[in-house]
Amino acid sequence: MDLYSLTLTEIAKKIKEKEVTIKEVLDSVYSRIDDKEAQVDAYLTLTRESAYKKAQELQDRLDNGEDIGVLGGVPIAIKDNICIKGVKTTCASRMLENYEPIYNATVIEKLENAGAIVLGKTNMDEFAMGSSTETSYFKKTKNPWDLTRVPGGSSGGSAAAVSADMAYAALGSDTGGSIRQPASFCSVVGLKPTYGLVSRFGIVAYASSLDQIGPFGKTVEDVATMLNVISGHDEKDTTSANLEEKDYTKALVNDIKGKVVGIPTDFISTGLNEEVKMAYESAIETLKSLGAQVKEISLKTAKNCLPTYYIIADAEASSNLGRYDGIRYGHRAKEFSDLDDLYKKSRTEGFGAEVKRRIMLGTYVLSAGYYDAYYKRAQQVRTLIVDEFKKAFEDVDVIMIPTAPNTSFKFGAHDASPLEMYLEDMFTVPVNVAGLPGISIPGGFAKSNNMPIGIQFIANAFDEENLLRFAYTFEQNTKYHEAKPQFIKEDK
Amino acid sequence: MSVSKEDVLHIAKLSKLNLTDEELEMYTKDLSSIVDFANQLSSIDVEGVKPTAHILNIQNVFRKDVMQPSFDREEILKNAPSKDAGCISVPKVVE
Repeated sequence: MDLYSLTLTEIAKKIKEKEVTIKEVLDSVYSRIDDKEAQVDAYLTLTRESAYKKAQELQDRLDNGEDIGVLGGVPIAIKDNICIKGVKTTCASRMLENYEPIYNATVIEKLENAGAIVLGKTNMDEFAMGSSTETSYFKKTKNPWDLTRVPGGSSGGSAAAVSADMAYAALGSDTGGSIRQPASFCSVVGLKPTYGLVSRFGIVAYASSLDQIGPFGKTVEDVATMLNVISGHDEKDTTSANLEEKDYTKALVNDIKGKVVGIPTDFISTGLNEEVKMAYESAIETLKSLGAQVKEISLKTAKNCLPTYYIIADAEASSNLGRYDGIRYGHRAKEFSDLDDLYKKSRTEGFGAEVKRRIMLGTYVLSAGYYDAYYKRAQQVRTLIVDEFKKAFEDVDVIMIPTAPNTSFKFGAHDASPLEMYLEDMFTVPVNVAGLPGISIPGGFAKSNNMPIGIQFIANAFDEENLLRFAYTFEQNTKYHEAKPQFIKEDK
Repeated sequence: MSVSKEDVLHIAKLSKLNLTDEELEMYTKDLSSIVDFANQLSSIDVEGVKPTAHILNIQNVFRKDVMQPSFDREEILKNAPSKDAGCISVPKVVE
């Protein structure tokens, strides 16, 4: 078996036990990238030189008998909205085409301290705004399961890289589903941690009250290991939760007997594709057969989550993206008549269509005369949604719903209607609006097109243990995660 | 259309964005359909409900007032599109 196709846990063990050298591991993954990247287009930047340098340093330390960390020598990929010192961080936008951060995000510091090696930066929807990675200024990432379909988004490059064995794990960010939905589309595991569990210092802000960094992995175990490394309090992020650190791998228990899973029948009653529904119903049966108690719950306000989400996210985005003025960093127009013209031309040239749409919608809902009807009301509905989840978790350990209403779609399928694209997020946004943790794990394949289907677990705030325990048990008893993509290119 | 062309021109101005005629057409249509969709929130009773701006019970965090090394000037200026004499240069702001 080729080294690149192993899991993070397996390769970390092989490195530690000196069955393989870190250079051999890196050679294997980069040769896989050389082989498949032309088809998949997952990466925006490859950091070969620094990766091999780091590999040598780590190998020397390992040979010297030192502990090189839980991720010692493991190559991983990073979404291109997370700052790495001296490495281009573009957010897949023309605005930041040449931007090189002068500091590391906290998650990067933590990964480096744990011995991880960065392979490169992955493609994404521009400024993380999208559900297909099609809004990237640079390229379109393809779904490794069918190259004529999207990988999901916005962290589509990270999901595709892990799915195609072009990285053992990856970091993404999730504002309304941007980790879980691409994980679902590409048949990998994607975790969105509780808001505040992972530091946001060094991530380029989209919607600050919703954004959260999280890991992609080939297995639930790999994702738990990544979470151990990246979670924890950070004084550089004032929204970072100051809690006792946990070992999430302890939650990897293959047993959910007597545990309670909530099924929100009203929430999932509309808009669900038949094949996804079948996979979901089969997942319910699996949990029952494993001894879990299934309880029907109601999430009737969460049905209104989508407009709530888009109002809040776009309002925050319009404010956050005000910083791109062509002055201190980022794109500046070549010719302008005065300062105002410089702002306008730089922003008009630097931002793509979807980013402009969201900035304008956010500006609209915050503007005089509309604030109360939209922004304030959305924040009030947010309170109702938070309360509704709180109440649900009085009776259940986790909630299970599909990750996305459909399987991956063809390129351009939603070009005519942005609203249709937004509807793809209906099952992922409630988790962000309520600040909860959610995970997407492989849940089978659709018969009609053989595309992956994701199953999503949602837990109470800071209860990643129950989330991982359900995910791990489901994974170990279904094994959908073992299937590998075939890179087909079919016109169906 | 729930959002007019005048509305779109106004918010484009507030957002410091220039729009072509085609873009104006497109965004008027797009924003209208999104705002229509968002109007479903008006059917929810929010009387007396406190707005949630942030999910955690956040309090202001103060750092100890101790000097720490800052970034190097040259490094900070590295990403500036136009600079002069150790400063970021901009067009004349006040006539």
